[in-house]
Amino acid sequence: MSERYTIPEASVGYLLQELAKSGRRVLGPKVVAGRIEITNIKSFADVVKHGQSVVSAKGVVFPKVERLLRYRFEGGKNIALDDVEPQAHPTVLFGLRPCEARAFHALDVVFNWDSKDKFFNARMANTTVIALSCTQADESCFCTSLGSRPDDPQGSDILLSPLNAGGFVAEVVTEKGKALVALANDAFQPLSGQADVVPPATVAAAFDAKDLQQKLAAQFDSALWAEQSLRCVGCGACAFVCPTCVCFDIQDEADTKQGQRLRAWDSCGMRIFTLHASGHNPRDKQSQRWRQRVYHKFAYYPERLGTLGCVGCGKCSRACPVDMNLKQHLAQAAKSATLG
Amino acid sequence: MEALKSKAQELLAAGTVKVVIGYGKGTGENRRPIFVRTAERVADLVVDTACTQNLATYLTKAEIRTLGRMAIVAVPSTLRSILQLAAEKQLREENILALAIIDGAVRELATFDAIEEAVATVPDAMGEADQKMIDKLTAMSVSERRAFWAGELGRCVKCYACRSSCPMCYCERCTMDCNRPQWIPVASHALGNLEYHMVRAMHLAGRCVQCGTCGTACPVGIPVHLLTFFAEQTVRRQFGQKGGASAKLDYAMSTFKPDDKETFIR
Repeated sequence: MSERYTIPEASVGYLLQELAKSGRRVLGPKVVAGRIEITNIKSFADVVKHGQSVVSAKGVVFPKVERLLRYRFEGGKNIALDDVEPQAHPTVLFGLRPCEARAFHALDVVFNWDSKDKFFNARMANTTVIALSCTQADESCFCTSLGSRPDDPQGSDILLSPLNAGGFVAEVVTEKGKALVALANDAFQPLSGQADVVPPATVAAAFDAKDLQQKLAAQFDSALWAEQSLRCVGCGACAFVCPTCVCFDIQDEADTKQGQRLRAWDSCGMRIFTLHASGHNPRDKQSQRWRQRVYHKFAYYPERLGTLGCVGCGKCSRACPVDMNLKQHLAQAAKSATLG
Repeated sequence: MEALKSKAQELLAAGTVKVVIGYGKGTGENRRPIFVRTAERVADLVVDTACTQNLATYLTKAEIRTLGRMAIVAVPSTLRSILQLAAEKQLREENILALAIIDGAVRELATFDAIEEAVATVPDAMGEADQKMIDKLTAMSVSERRAFWAGELGRCVKCYACRSSCPMCYCERCTMDCNRPQWIPVASHALGNLEYHMVRAMHLAGRCVQCGTCGTACPVGIPVHLLTFFAEQTVRRQFGQKGGASAKLDYAMSTFKPDDKETFIR
């Protein structure tokens, strides 16, 4: 059962100070060069209260490039292997949108599916999320189509919801959240009963995710995917801004003396993603790659991992250079049971 | 706009073309590429000042080519792309018809010669803001410039939206994707990002039509188009030849002329 507090707006600065004092880095959405980035937050004034960052906060637990191991050639067949320990600096993500907070679960189910990924887990264990309920949304948002809502506490350690009179209700959801409250007890006042919160953003449901999953089962060979993906140019913008896209590439960078093994973000939208050494490509057409993106998130994830591979944040739609709007495409797929 | 719609209607109804590549309404105020294949869908076409993306990138895509003869709604940079692609033997004249939007009017251009003539009448200077930024960068010291680009490219995630949106980046196998040998680090670290953008700029020198679509495509707002613009400007200055000016030009960077002004090359 979660605990509820109120926190006056004036105390948020104190909370941020105490978090920094405890040795944690505090990251959150901030405007940098005209765009919202997840970056260092020094004061509450830095935090952007509405709108989505372009790139998600995923990089905090799954960086765009990370070193997994190093090796040295020591003559003959001797190779010295050096394990790399994860850099997992204690981190607080402050003012994150609730959808992004939920996204960490979709990463977790993959990174702990069979083997336990020590890099991801070390970072995740050291990351605490203080999310901020959305009171505004845009045409790309579709959390409500996926069974969530703009003030969904799931995935957050603490969820802040703005009060009409100023300040916030703080819903402390997890033990990690409680540990942060303990660092700045004076900022939190226990709340019992109702609170007069600003109404959450209105996000009309465009489709139903369960219904979509059922429809997808019969639409694998539909002409819909070719139709929707005609304008797709096959870049990786959607996957790289996505908070749940988890695919990665393993790359060795080496010279004659030493080398390192890196893990880097990858995208199923790119032609080379499934290109075999033989030259054969099982997903040779952009329509097959687009279908894979949709099915992976909305059919295979729920089937195999018990969760959706999407949180409805809409970052992919906003980042797409050719305006592939995921919400519209999914709504179309959910509607068109017979097309093709 | 009505003139474009009636032209598109006529072409599709007569079977002169199988697809009209144009702009349609997108999310919010956005415009998005659309592919009109039936006369009934002609109403979806939109032409206004928000239609800036260079659609020529679709002319070399296999999925679009298989649709049949293409008409393309072409802003001036699209026309230049068509000429450059033709010069590089990537387009056949009989497969393409340009519906040029010049000063608000629609003109049907069926031959490369006609396109060349039309392009010659349109100024091709880059926008004022871009010119200002290039002047500012040019005036910087090497270390200042290096710091500027290190900052900008630090945001790059190597999604390749710039490459995928560029009409001139049509290679089936890009050097970036080559791993035997691996010329450029795949990972999006400082070196990998720098080498990718430098190589792309060099490869666009003398071929860039200055549409700026790569810069617009970048989700994190890196002005990558300034790199290709600068490379293009340099070739124009050194060799007096413009990317996208003609379907008959040889590529300046791979052509030897006995009267080259540099003595070392003779």
